[in-house]
Amino acid sequence: SSSEQHLNFKSSKEACLSYIQDAMLQKQWKRAAEFLTFYVEALEKDYSREYMGPSEIIWRIGTEILCHHSHSSMKEFNSFIEQMKTLGVKRYLKVCLEHAFRLLCNGLVDEAYQILSVAESWRFGEQTAIQDKEMKLIQAYKGLLDYYSWSRQKNILLENERDGFEDLSVEQEMHSCFRKAAVSLKEIIKMPGVWDLFVKCYVDLLEFYGDHNEARQVLNEYAYNSKFPANPNAHVYLYQFLKRHGEPRKSLISALKILHDIVPSHELMIDFNTMLQKSKKRKKRRLGLEVIFAALDYAGWKENVKAWNCLARQVKQIVISGKHLDWIKEEWNSRKDWWPAFHFSRYLAKRNWQENESLSCEKALVAGILLGKDCKYFKYVSHQGCKAQVKRFWILKKFVNKHNPVYLRISG
Amino acid sequence: RDFNERCAQCSEVNWGLTDGGRFYCRSCHNVTERSREVVNTDFISNTRVQTISKHLRKQEKTGMCCEWYVCEGFQLILKKQAEALETLGVCPQMKDEILYNFWRHYLQKSKQAYCNRPAGEAVRALSVCDSSTDVDSEPERPSLLHFLSLSESEGDLQTDCSFASSTSKVSGSTSVLSGSVDGSLYLMKNQKEKLRMTMPMTLSFCYMALLWLREPMTLSDLLRFVVEGHIPYLNVFQHFPEKMKLHGLDLKIFFVESWPTYEEVYNKMLELAAYLDLPRFPDITDSCFLHPDMLCMKYLMEANLPDELHNWTCRVVKKICIGEVDFLTLVPGNKSTRKVKYDVLAVAVIVVVLKLLFLLDDHYEWLLSDFAEERNKNNKEGGLYFEFKKWYKVIKCSLDVEQKKLDEERAKYLWRCEKPLFYSAQKKSNVLKRRQMVVNLQNQFGKLSRSVRPAEKPNPSSFQFCWSEENTDGSCFHGHSLKGVLQEKRGLLTAMNTDYWLCTLKLCNEKLCGHLAHYKEVDFPQSYHFVLRLFSFLLRIQPSYIHDEVCVIEHKLFNKNLYKKKPKYNTGRRK
Repeated sequence: SSSEQHLNFKSSKEACLSYIQDAMLQKQWKRAAEFLTFYVEALEKDYSREYMGPSEIIWRIGTEILCHHSHSSMKEFNSFIEQMKTLGVKRYLKVCLEHAFRLLCNGLVDEAYQILSVAESWRFGEQTAIQDKEMKLIQAYKGLLDYYSWSRQKNILLENERDGFEDLSVEQEMHSCFRKAAVSLKEIIKMPGVWDLFVKCYVDLLEFYGDHNEARQVLNEYAYNSKFPANPNAHVYLYQFLKRHGEPRKSLISALKILHDIVPSHELMIDFNTMLQKSKKRKKRRLGLEVIFAALDYAGWKENVKAWNCLARQVKQIVISGKHLDWIKEEWNSRKDWWPAFHFSRYLAKRNWQENESLSCEKALVAGILLGKDCKYFKYVSHQGCKAQVKRFWILKKFVNKHNPVYLRISG
Repeated sequence: RDFNERCAQCSEVNWGLTDGGRFYCRSCHNVTERSREVVNTDFISNTRVQTISKHLRKQEKTGMCCEWYVCEGFQLILKKQAEALETLGVCPQMKDEILYNFWRHYLQKSKQAYCNRPAGEAVRALSVCDSSTDVDSEPERPSLLHFLSLSESEGDLQTDCSFASSTSKVSGSTSVLSGSVDGSLYLMKNQKEKLRMTMPMTLSFCYMALLWLREPMTLSDLLRFVVEGHIPYLNVFQHFPEKMKLHGLDLKIFFVESWPTYEEVYNKMLELAAYLDLPRFPDITDSCFLHPDMLCMKYLMEANLPDELHNWTCRVVKKICIGEVDFLTLVPGNKSTRKVKYDVLAVAVIVVVLKLLFLLDDHYEWLLSDFAEERNKNNKEGGLYFEFKKWYKVIKCSLDVEQKKLDEERAKYLWRCEKPLFYSAQKKSNVLKRRQMVVNLQNQFGKLSRSVRPAEKPNPSSFQFCWSEENTDGSCFHGHSLKGVLQEKRGLLTAMNTDYWLCTLKLCNEKLCGHLAHYKEVDFPQSYHFVLRLFSFLLRIQPSYIHDEVCVIEHKLFNKNLYKKKPKYNTGRRK
């Protein structure tokens, strides 16, 4: 209960604002709109010294309400935003940008493009320089929309070709979109930042027009320029590009190296391990083992058959060759305290066997080698498998039994 | 003195003089129409405004504005407030006589009008732009303030004409800073001797007049009516006539964005009464509304408490002598006596009585309530005993609902009005644009909110809660009996409760820290806090104000025990 004695404009508006916030949190849009009606007169007061003044508050809250309220339309929203644009020149471009986003979220691509175009041509003394970053974003998103136009035109063109038509206007349109898009996209990815979508689109454009060198350069910059924040996707895009263009395994491997460092649990680690295993270089194969063990440290991989298959294969190969058992020992050292409970419990043995035979088979092999033939997991699975007379489990059992001494050496 | 007629009302010959120069009978306070000849007797607000405007019309620049003085603005405001009060039922005497007499006296005292000022008298800081403050050197040029004085001859044309030519110069420079002629002068700080008029002070004037007439409206009532919109306060200036343009510094004077507090208005009133050298106010006797016995009855009803409690409040009032005429009547300027806040006092007495009977230590009152409940269950005839628990539930429910409504209303309050305000002409277009946008947004979001906005003001009422015994749900406790908490001892009804806890063992020095006691909710029982909360809601003041008053009453009541070496009662705080 607030016995706010000295009730004045400021405290009254603060109270009003907290009612609005409560209503919004509870998704009571009507009530929020009601209180906002009483809040808007705060615009008539000078709040220039405050961090966030009423004009910004009203813009953001009003936007939320209009976007969620059942009786509100895009038309109303547009008229509201246009008013907001006149409220604060320092925020003009930001408002335009967010306006465009909202339109895009509602599928109004053409309208969004219009807004961005208008914003792009805005000039306001020194404000233009101050809001330089927003301007770049506006141009970048405009470029993105140009890309989508280009993409649409391209599809039409391909369809026409297939059907035997020829339409010069479509082609011209396509090329003009390309030019506009390319310029804008190139600009934005120069600045350090996370520009995944822009990069992808730009590379797509370049590839289509055959400029592979430029594409490769762009991707390299994006992945390796230290000014840019560490971004796993950058490496993924580079890798995919190289793969598309049939680059040798060596460069593919080097592309994935940093990815492994940043995101050991990335799904591409399987590809990575597969490539590394095949390598003739000892170091690479060693790395491969490290990679697959690291991936399986993550809960999301627990039931990934492919991953276990990779590990099983590599372990098998090492055991059979008899060389480099110390690799396994090194990897197992930091894991032997928790992997048994994490992967090889009796409960998991049962579950894996019931749900996924292949998974249990691969895991059993690893368990058998790392923990010996007497471990819970191996015993249960192999027993079940042999009982069910599934051939591979016989093979599995034989293999592990044969190589049991390895376990002793590893665990030693 | 030389007036020897008998009073029409009480046949006494005991005359005094009001500020308005009229004779009034000291015995029955009947004011006569006979008055001593004063310089200007036909004082009605408009006349004065017209008199000045008439002279100034020669200076009208465009047809649309005139030169006006700040005190004229306040006068208009007071007039509107008095009219509103009359609509609420206050006697017309308040507006027509008392308030204006006070106002005129004030103007005279603060030398804004109704005084003789010789033309050559130097006036400090005449105008912001006037570099020479020495008016003596120009005897032909009268000071601004001189112009406001109405000399014996009503309107000295010669003086006015010469002033006419000179004011245009002065006004030309001051109009940049304010729409009023003396706006900038008004705000200057070297006016300590004069009590500068402010918006809150208009309410002090009103209350002072109400008190003089002993109208049945407490200060808390008055302030509540103001907030509820029945008495103009915020944005009154929008009702100034078109010709009176407001801008610049006028805004600092007339445009307020906060509600004045009880303390503020009350203290200003005391200051004002002293400043005007008012005599002792008319007596507050036990037949007056403002007498604690009366007010206690009112608040007991409003708080839905048994009527029987009234006996107890009267007993307490009598015991500590706060029902005495001399205690209750205001004597301005007398700094030794503590001034009485009638509403707070009455409410505090009720709280003390509740403590006496129910102890309110979060334990005993519930115990008593259980006994009463048992008795009520088994014994349907002979009237119900008052059950604290039931009362608590009913009141808490209503109080919470009303408090929530009040909080929401406060958050929804609209402070700005249609009349645009701007400090300078350059900002005008901005202000208008903003206003337009606000209106647009209000429309847009108004459509999206609840369809019907109950825009009607609540009907003004002295009572905020109404409990009727006709309610069959048994939610009215007026007729309930206190038998459950009383016992007979030696032929007298006393409380069953023999304990009492004091709110504070020692009163603070008000002059040092501004309070007599310090109230923190956590230090006191919840029942006590609840009771404070109830009355603080009714009076729209902080619980600590009531708590202070409760402490004072307790100290008066238990005075003997406090200063005895071996106290009879348990004076320590329980729990």
